[in-house]
Amino acid sequence: MKSLFAKKVTAQADARLIGEVAKRLDAPARRQFLRHSISLGSLAMLTGCGTESDEALDKMLTGISRFNDRVQWALFNPDKLAQTYPDSMIQQPFPFNAYYEKEEVRHVDGAKWKLEISGLVADKHAWTLPELAALPQVAHTTRHICVEGWSAIGRWGGVPFKTFLERIGADMTAKYIGFKCADDYFTSIDMPTALHPQTLIALSFADQTLPAEFGYPMKIRMPTKLGYKNPKHVMAMWVTNTNPGGYWEDQGYNWFGGS
Amino acid sequence: MAQTGSKWVGVHPVIVRICHWLNVIAIVLMVMSGWRIYNASPIWQFRFPADATIGGWLGGAIQWHFAGMWLLVANGLLYLLYNIFSGRLRRKFFPIRPREVVHDMSEALHGKLSHADPTHYNAVQKLAYVGVMLLIAGVIVSGLAIWKPVQLQFITELLGGYEASRRVHFVCMALIVAFVALHVVMVALVPKTLIAIITGRARVAQTVAQTVAKAEAA
Repeated sequence: MKSLFAKKVTAQADARLIGEVAKRLDAPARRQFLRHSISLGSLAMLTGCGTESDEALDKMLTGISRFNDRVQWALFNPDKLAQTYPDSMIQQPFPFNAYYEKEEVRHVDGAKWKLEISGLVADKHAWTLPELAALPQVAHTTRHICVEGWSAIGRWGGVPFKTFLERIGADMTAKYIGFKCADDYFTSIDMPTALHPQTLIALSFADQTLPAEFGYPMKIRMPTKLGYKNPKHVMAMWVTNTNPGGYWEDQGYNWFGGS
Repeated sequence: MAQTGSKWVGVHPVIVRICHWLNVIAIVLMVMSGWRIYNASPIWQFRFPADATIGGWLGGAIQWHFAGMWLLVANGLLYLLYNIFSGRLRRKFFPIRPREVVHDMSEALHGKLSHADPTHYNAVQKLAYVGVMLLIAGVIVSGLAIWKPVQLQFITELLGGYEASRRVHFVCMALIVAFVALHVVMVALVPKTLIAIITGRARVAQTVAQTVAKAEAA
């Protein structure tokens, strides 16, 4: 069993061996033998353990992932709210997660911080924290679900993203919004999710100023998407019709990442 | 080759055989990529050996899992629709009588269960096959509950929430794997069932063949 799922070297050695044995067999037996080895080979391929057809497999899997993006986009109901929970269920301490360790969390100077805006918007002036704090604020206690499988309930407060997009005169018919972060993270979301009533420019966590490890000074919080779609320490955003991709998405995580 | 007094009879229609082997591929893909996803954040105090997983890393495993799901669902629907509308489901798997299950189980454990007629399932087989169909339905429904806890929240809520759905998904997987293990052992004990699920036919005693022919005519 195990050899089937072993690494590249074994797969290539197996292929050579299969070829050698096939040569020594007479024609009808060889046909039959090759028929069997084709199914063996395809099973080895399915394990994704570095055969020469890796690239074709990658392409197929990426293609299916793009198809799954479209399925999720179609399934997304702009009025469907994520479940909310009583504040007593907020998980403390709330788990930290990023592509780096907690010791490497970026400490952004909130006084100097400005959110840069570009792309298909009318007003491109950069926003300061006091300006964002002056906009209408809401807070929701929702479940954060990580792509790894774990989940935790938290409370995020801030400006409804839709309100903000209206304020800056964003082209709501555009397809994507891209985000760049202080920790070199980047990601992007679809416009319907951006306009969802629970999508926030989050400035607080559990009614306290957003701590550094959860994205001070500002993160985008969407209970309708997996954790990796929720960027922290956002420095710049732009409205576009070209999919900006993302840090994890470009490595193979599903782009839509919807819940 | 045929021995005197024995005859080939049809056991599995071609569509059932195709569905069976596509399902083997789908289940292997889903289980092995699922183990890799589980390892990223284990529910219990253990991880699956990396060598027994598919995908290489979490992202790769998720790609396989969310590709394999289409095969599992499409093939499962094809199988189910064929079996319902052809009447095969009712004919081959029902009724399942508890008394017969107990009886056949006891016969099987004593090694006395007859496999003379492979066109007919004993009560334990009926229960196991219908059971695994329900488990696959369960693994799909709980999978939807985990994948879409907002858009399909009625399913997630039905299963007791997101965290409960993860556990339901895991338990369905574990029971399916247990079924597969038992299934493979039984095939090893009665190898002609393997021939039958590949070629569709099995060689049976002349008398059994007559019974089968009579049943088909009726």
